[in-house]
Amino acid sequence: MSSHSCSLLFPVEEDHEYSMSDYEGVQARWCPGCGDHSVLTAAQRLLAAEQLKPEETVFVSGIGCSSRFPHYVNSYGFHGLHGRALPVATGVKLNRPDLHVFVVMGDGDCTSIGAAHWLHATRYNVDMVALMLDNNIYGLTKMQTSPTTPQGYKSNTQPLGSYLPALNPIETTLGVTNASFVAQTAEWMPAHLYATLEAAYRHKGFAFVRILQRCPVFTGDLYQDAVRNPDMIEMLEHPDGIEVPDLHQIYKNVARHDPRNMEAAREMAEKTDLIRVGVFFRDESRPRYEETRHLPLHSTDEKIEILNDELDKYAV
Amino acid sequence: MTTNSPVTETATDERRTTDGVRVIQDHQHTVEIVSDSGEGAQKCGQIFGAVSAKMGNGVWTVEIIPAEIQPPARSPAGASGNRIRIGTEEVTNWGDRTNVCVAFNEQVLVARHRLDGLESDATLLVENMWKDHRDEDIRAEWAAAMEELSGGGYRIVEVPMEEQCLTVVDDARKGKNMFALGMLCWIFDRDLDLAKEQVAHAFRKKSEAVYDKNVKLLELGYSWADEHLEVRVNVPTKHSAEGMVVMNGNQAIAFGAVAAGMELCAMYPITPATSVSHQLGEIFHKFGGVVHQAEDEIAAAGVAIGASYSGKVAFTITSGPGLALKTEFLGLAIMTEIPLVVVDVQRGGPSTGLPTKVEQSDLLATIFGQPGDAPHVVMAPATIEECFHAIVTARRIAETFRTVVVVLTDANLATGVQPFPRPMLDAAWMGARPDMSPVPEGKRPYEWDPNTGLSQRFIPGQPGGMHTLTGLAHDEDSHVAYASAINQRSSTMRSRKLAVLQSTLQPPKVNGPDSGDLLVVGWGSTRGAIEEAVENARAEGLAVSSVHIRFLSPLEPGLKEIFQRFRKVMTVEINYSDDPGEPFITDENRRRGQLAWLLRASTLVDVDCWTRVLGEPLRPGVIQDVIRTHMPEGGAA
Repeated sequence: MSSHSCSLLFPVEEDHEYSMSDYEGVQARWCPGCGDHSVLTAAQRLLAAEQLKPEETVFVSGIGCSSRFPHYVNSYGFHGLHGRALPVATGVKLNRPDLHVFVVMGDGDCTSIGAAHWLHATRYNVDMVALMLDNNIYGLTKMQTSPTTPQGYKSNTQPLGSYLPALNPIETTLGVTNASFVAQTAEWMPAHLYATLEAAYRHKGFAFVRILQRCPVFTGDLYQDAVRNPDMIEMLEHPDGIEVPDLHQIYKNVARHDPRNMEAAREMAEKTDLIRVGVFFRDESRPRYEETRHLPLHSTDEKIEILNDELDKYAV
Repeated sequence: MTTNSPVTETATDERRTTDGVRVIQDHQHTVEIVSDSGEGAQKCGQIFGAVSAKMGNGVWTVEIIPAEIQPPARSPAGASGNRIRIGTEEVTNWGDRTNVCVAFNEQVLVARHRLDGLESDATLLVENMWKDHRDEDIRAEWAAAMEELSGGGYRIVEVPMEEQCLTVVDDARKGKNMFALGMLCWIFDRDLDLAKEQVAHAFRKKSEAVYDKNVKLLELGYSWADEHLEVRVNVPTKHSAEGMVVMNGNQAIAFGAVAAGMELCAMYPITPATSVSHQLGEIFHKFGGVVHQAEDEIAAAGVAIGASYSGKVAFTITSGPGLALKTEFLGLAIMTEIPLVVVDVQRGGPSTGLPTKVEQSDLLATIFGQPGDAPHVVMAPATIEECFHAIVTARRIAETFRTVVVVLTDANLATGVQPFPRPMLDAAWMGARPDMSPVPEGKRPYEWDPNTGLSQRFIPGQPGGMHTLTGLAHDEDSHVAYASAINQRSSTMRSRKLAVLQSTLQPPKVNGPDSGDLLVVGWGSTRGAIEEAVENARAEGLAVSSVHIRFLSPLEPGLKEIFQRFRKVMTVEINYSDDPGEPFITDENRRRGQLAWLLRASTLVDVDCWTRVLGEPLRPGVIQDVIRTHMPEGGAA
């Protein structure tokens, strides 16, 4: 590396205050009206509010519309393979627990091709924010059924309508041993989305957030009723979860839910009468894999000494 | 110990001691211990090999493993154990046939006989409890087996192992292996104190009482042999001035990984690679290293890549089926230029194939397995010692060239145990921590040097280096770029790195005269057997030499020039090829050995091949026969 001597030319900017524009990457190229735009804005707002250094922040994604996310953020980004964002993020965190890691996945990414990693990442409980942008369809490949597509909903691969009941990602995540943070929000409720992201970021552990998201091209009709009629939504609130009092005027259904109560969380995740948003479950006491596995680094000399001791056992 | 001298079968010599015991003098001898799975024959063989190595014999040990966890008892298919070839000089391969075989039942012995594994004058020590067993069927099986074996010309000794062991333990199944070890120690005049030391090491996780019992059994076997056996074998030992260590290839990879400064091994259990992680699991934490057992093969690659991307030195281990699963991630690492070391301990394929058996069938899949053009490095250590050093080299190349390096070993190296010169550890192998100083303004994440394709990578945490790495086609800024010129250029840059690496490599050394009638080319674990065969063939007067290739991608330089000095060139490999003369097989449609395929394409030399997929290492005697039948016609050049 040739940049050893550059610290004088680039003084450390301890006092620099980051604004939202400091987190802008290349121009977002999602369709107009795509819900991903509002998630990007909320994330950039969070980065600025928390004053996260761009070089200490990593956005890891898979493949899909929403996985273009890292390109649009000025931070380190890893736009990898379909379904495989979580193992990469786990690797980053195992090495650098100090970095702020955000994972952005779509519904196909997370609940279909990457389902095994979703389950295990939840159990590893590595400290990171995992956003699942759920538009209930494969958008990038042009309208194929995903696991979260509602039953009966027509697509190019299932033109007679999806054959099976949609997978419930909240219920599924809550079912995984060692889950520590499970929340749901909607991109058309920016204040709620922001409060959820903030709670997820501040949570120590694997924070899984399902974001209901409209795809104006392929599933524009799906959440139309919910967007127009706030009564279809119920906000779960608690001081240990999130509270968004500013929204109470619009969203009248507010339920107090203690996110420590797993039984109640599962019950609510299962119900389909209303769309529930908020923190379903949160428990910071659960073991975190990167902490469990963290070991002190040794100097090269120490390592050579230990290795020589070990080789002695195999000496002839 | 750097070169192996030719081994001839004529050097044996006999004498008698005063008490009438016949002593066979031999400069090399092969021993097998076979039993049902779970009776401990492997442990017996490993200890015998280690003791022999410590006494100053050259040793090569190979496991005889059934593919099932609990195959039916007393079945030829269930034969499990160890084969140990010892010699006065360095032993580089498992040899041809066994001279002394200890068997815990007659069925596993018959299995070795049927596989042509026993020398015609072999001494066979077989448990005789089956002879007068109360089960009539077993008695009949014993009789039939003895009948079959009697045609072999062997010296068969019936040993009352069960009866003897029951004087020490209640369950003789748990003790025969140490009794057998005792017998072998008497036959080969092994140092009993050394044997006890090794027993202590083997049972270090068990109680003192377990150790005491095993030592009693060892001594019992020794004294029983002293009283009843009439043949001993003397393979002279030779003390090396050099310090040596003795271990198998997977252990060598684990130690090599530590010596190379690796900090993370992400893996998923797969035979025969897993034992690398067992070895690491025992020692890695002492160095601050982590073995991450991922949820699957794909995640193992992903975690290693994520860690490497963020500046950790990481590797992943696997075998054929796992390599197939990792393919997409390897393509991503190549495309995004993330350094990564992958160890593929090859086994029989395709598909699940022969999980515990040796094969060299992953070569082409390893080089060409990724969709799209995905140039990366593939290297193959040829000995257990090279397994150690290959990891050090692989790390250096992966980081310097920002690419994937696959190290191909195989089940033969993985389970073979051999002493080798103790590595003199070097701090430089461990590398420095990544440079995290700020990236100068204007510097780009893929600032490819137009000549070499090399560029500096930016690591998360490094100020000013922010960019989004992507598996999509990208430009110097790591921006998604679909423009045709950029894709051509970035492809060129990634490919160029291999040519640059090749320019730093030496042409391979020719074993034997550098011109002649026949050149045998090999790669990987077959080196010892090929060189022994070639040297013995040369002793017969044939003008044959050999070359062993370590770098398969890029290939080592100068191959064409070497090939042109021989009238004929052929590879010898453990993978499948059509034999000429078989139905429908023509020179045009013949599917050739994988290295032969590669060499023909890169040198335009008409490289012939002889390959077998028998699920066992090649035997030097068989290769020697192949050399005789493949000599070019028309006499010497």
